[in-house]
Amino acid sequence: MPEMLSLSNDPILFLSLMLAKILAVFIVVILIVAYATYAERKIIGRMQTRLGPTMTGPLGLLQPIADGLKLFFKEDIIPAQSSKLAFLLAPMMILVPAFITVAVIPFGGDVVIKGFAVPLQITDLNIGILYILAMAGLGVYGIVLAGWASNSKYSLLGGIRSAAQVISYELAAGLAIIAVFMLSGTLSLRGIVAAQSGSVLDWYIFSQPLAFCLFVITSLAEINRTPFDLPEAETELVSGFCTEYSSMKYALFFMAEYANMIVVSAITATLFLGGPAGPFAGPINLLLKVFFFMFLFIWIRATFPRVRYDQLMFMGWKVFLPLALLNIVITGAVVVFL
Amino acid sequence: MAKKETMTINMGPQHPSTHGVLQLVLELDGETVVNAVPHIGFLHRGVEKLAENRSYHRALPLTDRLDYLAPMSNNLGYVLTVEKLLGITDQIPERAKVVRVMMAELTRIKSHLVWLATHALDIGAMTVFLYCFREREQIMDMYEKLSGARMTSNYFRVGGLSLDLPEGFVDDVTSFIDDMPGHLDTYEGLLTGNKIWQKRTVGVAPISAEDAIDIGLTGPALRGSGVDWDLRRDNPYSGYEDYDFEVITRDGCDTFDRYKNRLDEMRESCKIIRQAVDKLQPGPILADVPDVCLPPKKDVVNSIEGLIHQFKIITEGFKPEPGEVYQGVEAPKGELGYYMISDGSANPFRMKIRPPSFVNLQALPKMVEGKLLADVIAAIGTLDIVLGEIDR
Repeated sequence: MPEMLSLSNDPILFLSLMLAKILAVFIVVILIVAYATYAERKIIGRMQTRLGPTMTGPLGLLQPIADGLKLFFKEDIIPAQSSKLAFLLAPMMILVPAFITVAVIPFGGDVVIKGFAVPLQITDLNIGILYILAMAGLGVYGIVLAGWASNSKYSLLGGIRSAAQVISYELAAGLAIIAVFMLSGTLSLRGIVAAQSGSVLDWYIFSQPLAFCLFVITSLAEINRTPFDLPEAETELVSGFCTEYSSMKYALFFMAEYANMIVVSAITATLFLGGPAGPFAGPINLLLKVFFFMFLFIWIRATFPRVRYDQLMFMGWKVFLPLALLNIVITGAVVVFL
Repeated sequence: MAKKETMTINMGPQHPSTHGVLQLVLELDGETVVNAVPHIGFLHRGVEKLAENRSYHRALPLTDRLDYLAPMSNNLGYVLTVEKLLGITDQIPERAKVVRVMMAELTRIKSHLVWLATHALDIGAMTVFLYCFREREQIMDMYEKLSGARMTSNYFRVGGLSLDLPEGFVDDVTSFIDDMPGHLDTYEGLLTGNKIWQKRTVGVAPISAEDAIDIGLTGPALRGSGVDWDLRRDNPYSGYEDYDFEVITRDGCDTFDRYKNRLDEMRESCKIIRQAVDKLQPGPILADVPDVCLPPKKDVVNSIEGLIHQFKIITEGFKPEPGEVYQGVEAPKGELGYYMISDGSANPFRMKIRPPSFVNLQALPKMVEGKLLADVIAAIGTLDIVLGEIDR
């Protein structure tokens, strides 16, 4: 068993590999974000008997780049009545937590370089799950701030909705995860992956099906995707919290939405589907699982109507929360008595 | 004690789901609607006044632009009114009547498809929107074959029809109504059993039967409150008494029942169209009333009498006896009525239109008071309003 590479045994190699991992993960996530918009338009297009983008490049493949350029060159409007600083900060505050959450997600086993074991994970926090929940909680500040700083009534309503929604669903999501680490006995994502590393049947989706369903549904609510896309509900609130945004700032909100989708898919894959385990190389397995969940989210968007605010609250507090608690009690009983 | 304040929000006229240029001034307490006041008039074109300066034939195209989702129903109401004013209602040839019924029912399907599409989109179901527009496109193509225009058809004429059916048209209609019930099942598969759809529509935007009658609600919205009233059956026109169809009534008084009503109405429309296709016999398409109807094109280009005949009708029009009539038709959205006064000249003295959307919109404040903001959207959708008709 080779020694784990750390800052103390070979600082230069450690730092350069760390930078390389960060860069690689960042680029991959950015690329998926760009092409997730393309995939979403193509897939939903097919589901709705349309074609999706076809004109920009072969099969419309350059569409995300064209969209990015267009948004970049648009006039950047800051409403006169807004509070400028908060208005500028909000898009960043929503995008950054989405990106830095990826840091704790393991995307493969260890590789041996120069006699040292190097984990394919940017950093392994021993409180990885708490970190993820904390970052998810931070993301909502961006939305609330955007809604408040725009000084527009539609944005404000969107921001308020979002705050209420994320708080109620984060509870249920957090409680759903508790059942997972009751089984694994660790909060570190690396540890959770290791606990599922036996056969496919060791994946927590089989021992925790209820927690899995709860987590997927509540994550949908946390990242504001259909059927829980109330904060931006375009037919009710025009565009919700980002009504007043334009140009690159609007693009940041858009990127954050897709980055969040990737993050949530990756977390679900890690917690319930064995993370990088599977027939191919680790990162590819993880990516395939991520793509599966993203496809699921897109599919749901093409199928379901939007729930109403009070129904959303009802479901969060009176359905998902008790179910998650019940799941914890059952899991606890099983862990203790069996 | 904290001061309690409400927020006033201007919903529209530029809002994605107010179906055009409706402005709603909403007073909100959080997300709860305290008061809703519709403001209309952004699309006012003065159709009623414009008609007073045109001869009867030339006022017809104005009606296309009332409810632009159901132009043929508007045309039908207008020509029936003028025919009643002239007293030539029973001289309309059978073929013209059958084609009118067929097209009016196709128009009903077309209008209901747009209603379902936008209603579902408002509630968040995006896919149904595109499915409905796919089917609507077929009806638009039929419109184009028939009249040359996809929306502003202007196809019916006082006394009959402007042109006979083009070749192969009946086959198009038959294949469309063969497929349509299957498509309706697809929409229902996406919506009816969907728990979220049910939660968003059952019990939403309620209106009791008494309130509905007091307001003057008509059409599917009235029948969704359990009032069994349909002009096609209760005051038949254009030969509707010869068709076998059911008037769909449900008494849930909510958005879901109005949704089911309209879907079933489309199925009934398919039945009516099928009967109309069976009834269709070759024959004249214009009444034999030379004072009113244009001569056949063949006569116009071949004989001087025909040319003079056409010239006189085009330049002078026709002059009904002084009098006043009202004729209502069951348009897709409710009772569309025309009240026409003639002073014996070639132009209408007054043409008053009773648009169903205008009257139905009055129910909106009652439907949404004390409800949530999201229900306002559902209520606008379920009333199926068209601003072209409200503002005229």
